[in-house]
Amino acid sequence: MTTYPLVLADSATMLRRNLRRMRRYPSLTFFIAGIPVVFLLLFVYVFGGTLGAGLGEVSGGRAEYLAYVVPGILLITVAGAAQGTAISVAMDMTEGIIARFRTMDIARVSVLTGHVVGSVIQTMLAIVIVMVVAVLIGFRSTTGPIEWIAATGLLVLTALAISWLSVALGMAAKSVETASNLPMFLVLLPFLSSGFVQTDSMPDGLSWFAEHQPFTPLIETVRGLLLGTAIGNSGLVAVGWCIGISVVGYLWARRLYDRNPAS
Amino acid sequence: MTSIESQIAIRAMGLRKSYGKQVVLDGIDLEVAEGTVFALLGPNGAGKTTMIRILSTLIAADGGEVQIAGHDIAREPNAVRAIIGVTGQFSAVDGLFSGEENLQLMADLRHLSKRAGRQRVDQLLQRFDLVDAAKKPVATYSGGMRRRLDLAMTLVGDPRVIFLDEPTAGLDPRSRRGMWQTIQELVVGGVTILLTTQYLEEADRLADRIGVLDRGVLVAQGTPAELKRLAPGGHIQLSFIDAGELERAARAFDGASRDDESLSLQIPSDGGIRSLRALLDKLEADSIDVGALALLTPDLDDVFLSLTGDPDNQKVAVQ
Repeated sequence: MTTYPLVLADSATMLRRNLRRMRRYPSLTFFIAGIPVVFLLLFVYVFGGTLGAGLGEVSGGRAEYLAYVVPGILLITVAGAAQGTAISVAMDMTEGIIARFRTMDIARVSVLTGHVVGSVIQTMLAIVIVMVVAVLIGFRSTTGPIEWIAATGLLVLTALAISWLSVALGMAAKSVETASNLPMFLVLLPFLSSGFVQTDSMPDGLSWFAEHQPFTPLIETVRGLLLGTAIGNSGLVAVGWCIGISVVGYLWARRLYDRNPAS
Repeated sequence: MTSIESQIAIRAMGLRKSYGKQVVLDGIDLEVAEGTVFALLGPNGAGKTTMIRILSTLIAADGGEVQIAGHDIAREPNAVRAIIGVTGQFSAVDGLFSGEENLQLMADLRHLSKRAGRQRVDQLLQRFDLVDAAKKPVATYSGGMRRRLDLAMTLVGDPRVIFLDEPTAGLDPRSRRGMWQTIQELVVGGVTILLTTQYLEEADRLADRIGVLDRGVLVAQGTPAELKRLAPGGHIQLSFIDAGELERAARAFDGASRDDESLSLQIPSDGGIRSLRALLDKLEADSIDVGALALLTPDLDDVFLSLTGDPDNQKVAVQ
């Protein structure tokens, strides 16, 4: 009975609901943008001088480190938004209105897509805020509009993947507290990647992990698109990870939503 | 389904549900005719809310069948959802939204056109006396206002069958009367209502038929009048100050049952003025000194207590 236009109409309604809720509770969006901005300033001004010297380039310094770290900070912004998404989904699921939605003849997935699309928009807002701060403190991209569009596209795709995963995490959590803790690993992962230091400076095991986890190809691709460094096959691997995580997150979230709410 | 009168809006057969080893519903059969009110009466934990959750497609039953307006809830859940409305025990409103926004959300989800949606929202705000609070966030609403908004949201889609889970629990007497009036108006409009309640007065007042649910079993079902006939009959209770007077009164009235502990005597009576006068005359004639007199007519409370109090209760059939 669920037809395609119905899914779109109901998802749009649910998206409007989530965007309105975000406006009523704006501190969450600022929190999502605030943490990466703090990381950016911390890494550039506190660690940047030293870490820049370790980049292995001739004139390594704070300015070079700023350029190096921005892609990692952008990805940490996307990963950090997962926490906000999981919390708002978990809070929403405790509200009686979700039970009401379940007894209405609406496209069931729309409750989830509303959260996912809302979360992607919220993440991209945070990305814009972080990028503005990066530019203000001296970050300059060396590439052109086509690469910027591609970078934006990849960040949206990543936000989509992380959002589906965090919607599922938010529903899997038995309480709002758990929902806020579950996505913590997503914020840690960018630190164990090529985002802050080069992976070959890490011990063997860690370096292997860093090169094979999703954030390294994502960061390398964004870095290549913003600074013209070599991308190699990172782009394909990054898109592959995004699609894979989206599908897993979507299927898991649907399964959790269709489950009997009381059991 | 030959005539409108004989149409069955809700039919449940052999409904079962357990959580682990805990049996919550143990084979429930019920039928609710279209345009009538059925009250599911029972103490806490009897299975009332589980029943509503199953009938409203929120959870699946372990066994049995349910049809709502001829649609099977397991096979055609969306067809059922299109014609039902549910107002649960816990408020199903968005606390961050205003009352108007909550109603508009429902209008959008019911796919009403912009104009029709707007009209419906305004109409419901007026009907439920929420015009002044329309733009205020629901978090600032009183319990009664929240409940009114909750029901208004349920009505946006013009449901033909409405489930109300303890619609007046926690409401003050005035809000409760308002809710009763709304329910009665809905039934006049041809809507079928299944409600749960712990209040006998509520069931007595609103319901065409009552089902008494106890520990997952419907122990009795019938009209309020039929159920009252199940109760112990009416009587006059006399209380005495000393045992001697009780002794004399007990001898004067045949068929009365005495309680030596509370020094009281229960005399069967229809509660009419004539029989009361006869009793008073007799007390006067024998100059029996009575401490207090109380007239007790059977009400649903007696039915309820006699049906749900005894663990070894037999199923009572009223037809």
